[in-house]
Amino acid sequence: MATATVRPAAAPPAPHSGPPPALREFGYRLHRYRRTWRGTVVISVANPLLFLAAIGAGLGKLVDRGGSGYLHGGSYVAFFAPGLLAAMAMQTGYIEAAGPVFQAARPQGSYRAAAATSMEPTDILGGHLLFMAFRLALSATAFTAVVAAFGITGPLRALLLVPAATLTGMAFCAPVAAWSVTVTRQARLNGVFRFVLMPLYMFSGTFFSTDQLPGPLQGVVACTPLHQGIALCRSIVAGTATAGGSAMHTGYLAALVLMGWLAARRTFTRRLNG
Amino acid sequence: MTEHQGTPLVEAEGLRKVYQPSGFTAVDGIDFALAPGEAFGFLGPNGAGKSSTMRMISCVSPLSGGSLRVLGLDAATRGAEIRARIGVVPQEDTLDEELTVRENLLIYGRYFGLPRAVVRERADRLLEFARLTDKAGEQVSALSGGMKRRLTIARGLVNEPEILLLDEPTTGLDPQARHLLWERLYQLKSEGVSLILTTHYMDEAEQLCDRLVVMDGGRIVAGGTPRELIEAHAGREVLEIRVPPGEQAVTAEKLQGLADRLEPLPDRLLLYTEDGETALAGVHVRGIVPITALVRRAGLEDVFLTLTGRTLVD
Repeated sequence: MATATVRPAAAPPAPHSGPPPALREFGYRLHRYRRTWRGTVVISVANPLLFLAAIGAGLGKLVDRGGSGYLHGGSYVAFFAPGLLAAMAMQTGYIEAAGPVFQAARPQGSYRAAAATSMEPTDILGGHLLFMAFRLALSATAFTAVVAAFGITGPLRALLLVPAATLTGMAFCAPVAAWSVTVTRQARLNGVFRFVLMPLYMFSGTFFSTDQLPGPLQGVVACTPLHQGIALCRSIVAGTATAGGSAMHTGYLAALVLMGWLAARRTFTRRLNG
Repeated sequence: MTEHQGTPLVEAEGLRKVYQPSGFTAVDGIDFALAPGEAFGFLGPNGAGKSSTMRMISCVSPLSGGSLRVLGLDAATRGAEIRARIGVVPQEDTLDEELTVRENLLIYGRYFGLPRAVVRERADRLLEFARLTDKAGEQVSALSGGMKRRLTIARGLVNEPEILLLDEPTTGLDPQARHLLWERLYQLKSEGVSLILTTHYMDEAEQLCDRLVVMDGGRIVAGGTPRELIEAHAGREVLEIRVPPGEQAVTAEKLQGLADRLEPLPDRLLLYTEDGETALAGVHVRGIVPITALVRRAGLEDVFLTLTGRTLVD
């Protein structure tokens, strides 16, 4: 068999420039997604749309027939759709930031490969978070397009919903990534999904107005990131968004992203370069 | 023996690694240097501190003490620059099993910021080097263990490194796969790539390393060329004899003075001597009839046994 040389006779010094390091990780994630995107469509887009059809349109008819002061004269499906969008963003955010980060940080995971190159752990984190934002924006766009196509919201408001939902998802992604990179047992990821994410999903205002909850509980729920995301998305759809309210919701969610990112910079560095 | 000249590519002094919060000392003040073009090995059992040392040289684990310079740069502060110029073959393959063989090389090359065209050209060459050209389009999950290892080595070469670090390169491979891999590493050596490898296989260390250090409990207990180590710590030949269970102690007593040194193991007695056949004749003269007797050349396993009183593979 012919012998292949590894180095050319006079190899020039490699110009290690190229795209910023975080974009290299983003490029890898994107490349991988080209193979796996079909599977994610079901959980990120098809499932929420089935929910929207079954609960928003189906159950919503019964609700609308009974009439409710909580809906302020709007239809139930118009109330439910933005709540579901925010909840979907939370769920997609968790799914993207829990399992893949946990897997990648294991001794045989992809983070280890990247960490052995000129990449820093913070570059790896930045690129992966960027990919999570991309996934959230993509899912939110698909969902919002359907919502707009059915006339639940107008096209301009639909455009605003995409960044709102992406921000809501990122408010989960960054802190969850900071945590999941430290996790050594996969069962813990499932535990948090069942005992933290599901209650948030049920009681943060996705299905019903939190005004219906007992007083003290309302205060607790108002502090949850999903409730803030739902309030932001719902105000956009209903056309009741105010500068102050939107700034508060956005600021709250952005603060979570920032805190999560800062924490993740530490945990990623400790795990990959420890 | 090859003489290696020039400024050391890697130079460690008093290198230490203490893991927190346990306080476990994995590497306890070691000194070593790698000369250009040299193949340098860390030999030792599991837990000796070899992988921790490799992780520090790879700049993915900060030093707890001492100093470490790689390619003339301080490993404590210039990690990314160093990593750009070295190749790493970790103990775990860290390949993306869902991507193809070729895609793994392309992605890895892009991590170094290399232009696509350059990475594509190198990938072709490296696939040929690793004898994986016909597997280029297959998913990594379909490869055998030996193929995955060769791919990991090819991947470690994508940035044309000045040093290639290999952590337990053939652990878990069958003999045929190991020999093919060794042959590929010889080729790299002949092309002037400096190698640092860890292993707990003494045959691997003897085959591949110009020079090596024996590690135990985070410390270097001996160093030199394989031949020097064997001559200094084990002698020329070893006579291994097996005697019926229960007679080991009595036999050892009877054999006193027959060899330079006698090492009783749970299942056999080792006699270190310059002439194994003469020693075997002496065994018979003393009225001992072993179940089996074997004369062999002394190896690094014997060096390790002599230095630590334990075998390499427990």
